Amino acid sequence: MDDLYRDYILDHYKNPRNAGELPGATHRYHDTNPLCGDEITMMLKVNDASVVEDVRFIGRGCAISQASTSILTEEVKGRTLDELRVLDRDHVLGNLGIPISPARIKCALLGLKALKGSAWGLTAWPGEEEPGSR
Amino acid sequence: MSAVKGDVGGVVGRGPRELAADPSLDVGRIRADFPVLRRTVAGGKRLVYLDNAATSQKPHQVLDAMDTVYREHNANIHRGVYEMSEVTTALFEGARGRVAAFINAPHSREVIFCRNATEGINLVAYAWGRDNVKRGDRLIVSILEHHSNFVPWQQLAAEAGAELVVIDIDEGGRLRRDQFEAEVAKGARLVAITHTSNGLGTVNPVKELTAIAKAAGATVLIDAAQAVPHTVVDVQDIGCDFLVFSGHKMLAPPGSGALWGRTEILERMRPFLYGGDMISRVAVDTTTWNELPWKFEAGTSAYVDAIGLGAAVDYLTAVGMERVHAHELELVAYVLPRLLEIPGIVVYGPHTLEARVGVISFGLEGIHPHDVATIFDREGVCVRAGHHCNQPLMTRLGCVATTRASFYLYNTIEECDVLLGAVAKAQRIFA
Repeated sequence: MDDLYRDYILDHYKNPRNAGELPGATHRYHDTNPLCGDEITMMLKVNDASVVEDVRFIGRGCAISQASTSILTEEVKGRTLDELRVLDRDHVLGNLGIPISPARIKCALLGLKALKGSAWGLTAWPGEEEPGSR
Repeated sequence: MSAVKGDVGGVVGRGPRELAADPSLDVGRIRADFPVLRRTVAGGKRLVYLDNAATSQKPHQVLDAMDTVYREHNANIHRGVYEMSEVTTALFEGARGRVAAFINAPHSREVIFCRNATEGINLVAYAWGRDNVKRGDRLIVSILEHHSNFVPWQQLAAEAGAELVVIDIDEGGRLRRDQFEAEVAKGARLVAITHTSNGLGTVNPVKELTAIAKAAGATVLIDAAQAVPHTVVDVQDIGCDFLVFSGHKMLAPPGSGALWGRTEILERMRPFLYGGDMISRVAVDTTTWNELPWKFEAGTSAYVDAIGLGAAVDYLTAVGMERVHAHELELVAYVLPRLLEIPGIVVYGPHTLEARVGVISFGLEGIHPHDVATIFDREGVCVRAGHHCNQPLMTRLGCVATTRASFYLYNTIEECDVLLGAVAKAQRIFA
């Protein structure tokens, strides 16, 4: 019906995966997108071997930010924190598979920013952050 | 409009003069004056520009007036003794006279050109506020204020140890008159109130509010950024002390705008910015200030933009502000009842035609305003989605953002239908 709001985007928006509070979370990061008022709190449960055993997020905001975050969380479980590094900006935009205008790019990347923040305590936007990450 | 003292003249703008004879506004003819309205967007769709509360489009009369300065006689104003500088100076001061007449200012020296309403308010907050607001004073604003008429007073209050009092709205989005009167009665050094809400389209009874505030001894500033472009604004009728507006919302370029203030207050104020053009005489150890209005116009003014504002005033005057306002209300009368019939819609602000302009803020259940605006964009419909620099108001309404459609003299009923179709499409996608 619309090449932006495809069924799977709307499905993730209406039925977000890994949504809710994560009891026993070891990592937690909250972030907002001031333009839209989007909010994401990302929670990870990481074991001694640095493997992400579980992930949840609590969020509110536009379909792009919430769907993007929901899709991202499906790729986190079972990976080590180091392995999460493959989940970069291009990967997230590829996941969405839809054209994202410059004005909405921060919506699309908010979940990634929260994920990186929870894993590494990062403060910059994905794609313009510390050397060494992709 | 009455004659204005001190208008040094200049080229008469080429407004759509023939429109004045027509009983109603000829939108087709007006649209032909706006080059950008001919373009298509979103892969061939007709542009439906409904973000006029953010900024307006420009008619060729304004573009031509500015282009002519650059191409034919550009020179710095107030400085050269050669012909080009004199011509440009006359156009610049002529624009001041036009702006003065447009808001019925008694003297054109009371019109200070500034970048926009924001700069005008900051000028008052610094040059008047820092000398006149003392510890314990009360500054009264409303919850409808744009951040530009909120943050400067909030910060001044914090610096001076004054109290910022915020007047609430009722459920219909109208300023609470009872609360206003009660708070003013407790004392007010300043009342800074918006004439027309950029978020809801509410028009405040500024004349009555000003009378109440003045009777209590308050100085009154009116933020008319959403009023001067859309309705008749008469500073003498309102009776306020200061009034500000931006050019870019009224067919003129960004960077043009004006502060109007009463001579007796402006004379007593210290300058805002120091530099060239605002001085009378500079010695090594002391400086005396230029006369009004130039005392407040330091540095080279955005004179071409001001000349563009003068051309915009000519255009709007030729159309007639009563007619502009009536046209926008016709669009609201058409689209508002149709919007209100839609299940799952919330229309914020007034649901009637009384005391309002063509601004409609709404929310669709289950759809974030940014998703609404993105879907609209793909239909060629430009609207604003967000907090509209009204975060205190958004908090008051219990939302983080709204979708806002705002009309101007070139919008049509057909465009309202495209808007309604876009709402239906957004709801289908998110059904």
